[in-house]
Amino acid sequence: MTTGETMTLHLKVWRQRGPDQPGALTPYTVTGVSPDMSFLEMLDLLNEQLIERNELPVEFDSDCREGICGTCGLVIDGIAHGPKRACTTCELRMRNYRDGDTITVEPFRARGFPVLKDLVVDRGAFDRIISKGGYISVNTGSAPEANTIPVPKYKTEAAMDAAICIGCGACVAACPNASAALFVGAKVSQFALLPQGHAERKVRVVRMVEQMDTEGFGACSNHGECEAVCPKKISITYIARMRREYFKAALAGV
Amino acid sequence: MSTFVAKAGSSLGKKFITGITGFGLFVFIVTHLGGNLLLLVGPDAFNAYAHYLHTAMHGWFLHMARAGLSAFFLFHVVSGLAVYRDKLRARPERYEKMADAGGTSRKTLSSRTMAFSGLVILVFLVLHVAHFRFGPGLEQGYVTEVNGVEMRDLYRLVVEEFNKPVVVYAYVFVMLLMGMHVRHGFWSMFQSLGLARPNTVPTLSGMGLVFGVVLAVGFMLVPLYILYFIPPPSEAALAPGVLP
Ligand code: HEM
Ligand code: FES
Repeated sequence: MTTGETMTLHLKVWRQRGPDQPGALTPYTVTGVSPDMSFLEMLDLLNEQLIERNELPVEFDSDCREGICGTCGLVIDGIAHGPKRACTTCELRMRNYRDGDTITVEPFRARGFPVLKDLVVDRGAFDRIISKGGYISVNTGSAPEANTIPVPKYKTEAAMDAAICIGCGACVAACPNASAALFVGAKVSQFALLPQGHAERKVRVVRMVEQMDTEGFGACSNHGECEAVCPKKISITYIARMRREYFKAALAGV
Repeated sequence: MSTFVAKAGSSLGKKFITGITGFGLFVFIVTHLGGNLLLLVGPDAFNAYAHYLHTAMHGWFLHMARAGLSAFFLFHVVSGLAVYRDKLRARPERYEKMADAGGTSRKTLSSRTMAFSGLVILVFLVLHVAHFRFGPGLEQGYVTEVNGVEMRDLYRLVVEEFNKPVVVYAYVFVMLLMGMHVRHGFWSMFQSLGLARPNTVPTLSGMGLVFGVVLAVGFMLVPLYILYFIPPPSEAALAPGVLP
């Protein structure tokens, strides 16, 4: 489609007034969608059209709108963050759709992610998991010299491939078991791979897994849907690494 | 922090138990297939093998194997179904529309039906043990002699059972599901035990497919061969020379 042309799209959007209220997919038609818009800009446009008609706009989360903060997250036609690989909802462009398409938009669904309103879910569970060990305990002060502790390149790479997690929660949303194993696996691994994280590695993994279970996420059955929808393509072998860390901690009596 | 026992019951602990017991059961069914294939060699080879298992280590081998297997099955079923129960609880409100993400996903029909295929295997197991282990034996006249040693004629019992088409087709159906269970289970156990690495995942998953197919086809081969090529012993008596 050449620039300048616009599309008319049919949406089925999950509307829910508040937590624990019944919700339903509601049909809307949005006009004047430019193929250059992002998915969220398309929803902005829908909201403008809804406001003009005196209807309540659709609530959804976003912040950076450039794929780095992890705030956005929708299940689009049954896939978390939509049909494109390694792509957040905010980066998904409407040029992936054609005039007249029907798109179903739902919130992330999991017991650990209760719906607050429409497409907005409470991902506080992730914050509580991080508060149990997603950090290293050091005295603050001036930053240490970067090369004081030498770390081999392949280790820093592996740690960075985990640390790239933006905590969006798509892994939970896509998992048939609503498991948070990829998120926690990435967070545990990024520290376990580096000397700075070594001192607390056993306590960290046990505490974070305990909190993950308390939040009501399911156990991981190794379907691997999480890796497939992850906007940062984080590998499920970080889940295997978390398990190794956990079993070692259990054997050590931590 | 949590005790060791509590850790065994955590989301990761449950999967460790499913994985380690799944490994034991996998080794068992591979061995079992080897034994079954002796049926195609002939009555004496099969009966002698069965007799050997019964008498090895003065019968202690079989006692230990039974106890071990029962425990493995018990822990496997309990932990596997616990994972399934957690899954049902973890998403109270389901998606209106769900699609496969594709790409690097390992989700398959097999991976999504583990609890179903497992439960069918469980029902099968009860019937299977009732049929063959607690089925007719020496007292009912299923006696044979191999190299001068008197033993239970298990071969005859198997051939009689597998001459009933209903039994064979039900068996084939269960073996299909068992193959699917192994198709996902094989690679999954490595991942659950924390052993999978980025460079081994595709190989392990591929091996799961191979083992799933080999086991399913291997187990199906025997009953299908018996149904179509080996008449029940009573008929065989009327037409000597038909047996291989
Ligand atoms: C021939 C017997 C069996 C074999 C060889 C076998 C093998 C396996 C293996 C290797 C796994 C993967 C373990 C893992 O992911 O860590 C598995 C998973 C599973 N098995 Fe079995 N199994 C058998 C019987 C059963 C039975 C009788 C049940 C009863 C319900 C069962 C239920 C399950 C379930 C539910 C899972 C998936 C757990 C999950 O979702 O993560 N299996 N099995
Ligand atoms: S809004 Fe920040 S990642 Fe999408």
